[in-house]
Amino acid sequence: MTATDPRRVVEAVWRIESARIIAGLARIVHDVGLAEELAQDTLVIALEQWPVTGVPDHPGSWLMATAKHRAIDMLRRQSRYQQKLAQIARTTPEAEDPDVAAELDDYVGDDLLRLIFTTCHPVLSTESRVALTLRLLGGLTTDEIARAYLVAEPTVGQRITRAKRTLAEKKVAIELPPPTEVVERLASILEVIYLIFNEGYSATAGDDWIRPSLCEEALRLGRILATLAPHEPEVHGLVALMELQASRTPARTDPDGAPILLQDQDRRRWDRLLIRRGLEALGRAEGTFGPYVLQASIAACHARATRAEETDWERIAAIYQVLAYVSPSPVVDLNRAVAVGNAHGPARGLQIVDALVLPNYPLLPAVRGDLLARLGRNAEARHEFERAAAMTRNARQRSLFAARAAALE
Amino acid sequence: MRYMILLKGTQPAAPPPAELMDAILKLGAEASAAGALLDTAGLAPSVAGAQVRLYGGTLSVTDGPFAEAKETISYALYQVRSKEEAVEWASRFMKLHRDLWPGWQGEADVLKVFGPEDFGNPA
Repeated sequence: MTATDPRRVVEAVWRIESARIIAGLARIVHDVGLAEELAQDTLVIALEQWPVTGVPDHPGSWLMATAKHRAIDMLRRQSRYQQKLAQIARTTPEAEDPDVAAELDDYVGDDLLRLIFTTCHPVLSTESRVALTLRLLGGLTTDEIARAYLVAEPTVGQRITRAKRTLAEKKVAIELPPPTEVVERLASILEVIYLIFNEGYSATAGDDWIRPSLCEEALRLGRILATLAPHEPEVHGLVALMELQASRTPARTDPDGAPILLQDQDRRRWDRLLIRRGLEALGRAEGTFGPYVLQASIAACHARATRAEETDWERIAAIYQVLAYVSPSPVVDLNRAVAVGNAHGPARGLQIVDALVLPNYPLLPAVRGDLLARLGRNAEARHEFERAAAMTRNARQRSLFAARAAALE
Repeated sequence: MRYMILLKGTQPAAPPPAELMDAILKLGAEASAAGALLDTAGLAPSVAGAQVRLYGGTLSVTDGPFAEAKETISYALYQVRSKEEAVEWASRFMKLHRDLWPGWQGEADVLKVFGPEDFGNPA
């Protein structure tokens, strides 16, 4: 018995190739919306033909060639045909010639990078950037994105349509940013990828399977980006951070889906392969101090500790100090307080916490409560945990804080 | 989801053609760039290894070779979104052997690695 249902093969090949096809088409037609339509047409052709003719020997090349023919056909119907055709003739090499094929690979890399800079363009809202990136780079359907983000499908459809329209109206060129803007524009891409990752990481038991799979999708996008932009340390920093965080997935919830705190996790269940990959990625960014590299360095400290007691808190506290300088925020300071509390004693941690203003942030009283409890100031600690429990909207957190408060009676 | 692809075949007398090795490296780079290939390596013939066996409550160690007819030649660990995607990568790998090493025969076992998706959620 064979397992080659051509329809499933088309879908699999499509998932592997669609971003590259859309990216290649976008270079030809200068419009991501149109590129996606042409790519979809190509998918339909494959779905019609492959069940009859069989799956071609090199399905990826077949899809790319068919898509480009569609693009050329379309341009032929337009008046700009002559000048565009000359352009395409220069940029569509023969597949047989190995040198030219290698050149095409370079083009593909640049095409993909141009596409991701476009889908993460700052003219778009964050929501639109996320949706368009998942759609065009991740190959997710509108329905899958809607289920992953717990919103209605038409909402996502509108976001994507509006994003494409905005890109067209604002005449956003599908190109790499000028050198002076690279850092800022790259930051926008990294933000989108990390947002996707965190959405997946916050999924809980009982959620649609597609939600946790956002982590895998973000990791995939990060790994692709790291190949496309290997000289950008923050890309490696983000990949390292995601690999290291994802390595804890098998240990971070109990069988009922309740979260397990880092210090209580069974570290034997951490994914060694992802840890290794994360540390390797971090190594590629060595000597740089961007916010993702620093966060990954902190995650690496945890990953290297085979037991919670072996955690190098002094190092973590030092890295948080640098992070608070590079990317100042009260949340970073709160985490620094935890690290300092572990490295240099709860009194030192408390000093940092007491200087913080973070309204309605339940982790602030929770951290304060923990530090107070370790100083033996139980009544104050209990009060803080009660405040934290009253503040949080997460039921699991609430019961965790309430239990800490009750234990201090 | 992850899949482990194990390549098995008869160990031929001659080493694989250089073109095949180049093509395999290129495909590996492509699969890594696609964010799909997590880890891969070639495996030496079992003569270089050993087998630790437990039968009837007795532990025994046997030096290689221990493969019957076919040797396990390489492994590759893929992160993909469906079984079909893993099969597609395996097929690309096998097509390189077909096109660049005439006469070679073997098989690639595509095995799913247990993941969180295999353990039912309470939902």
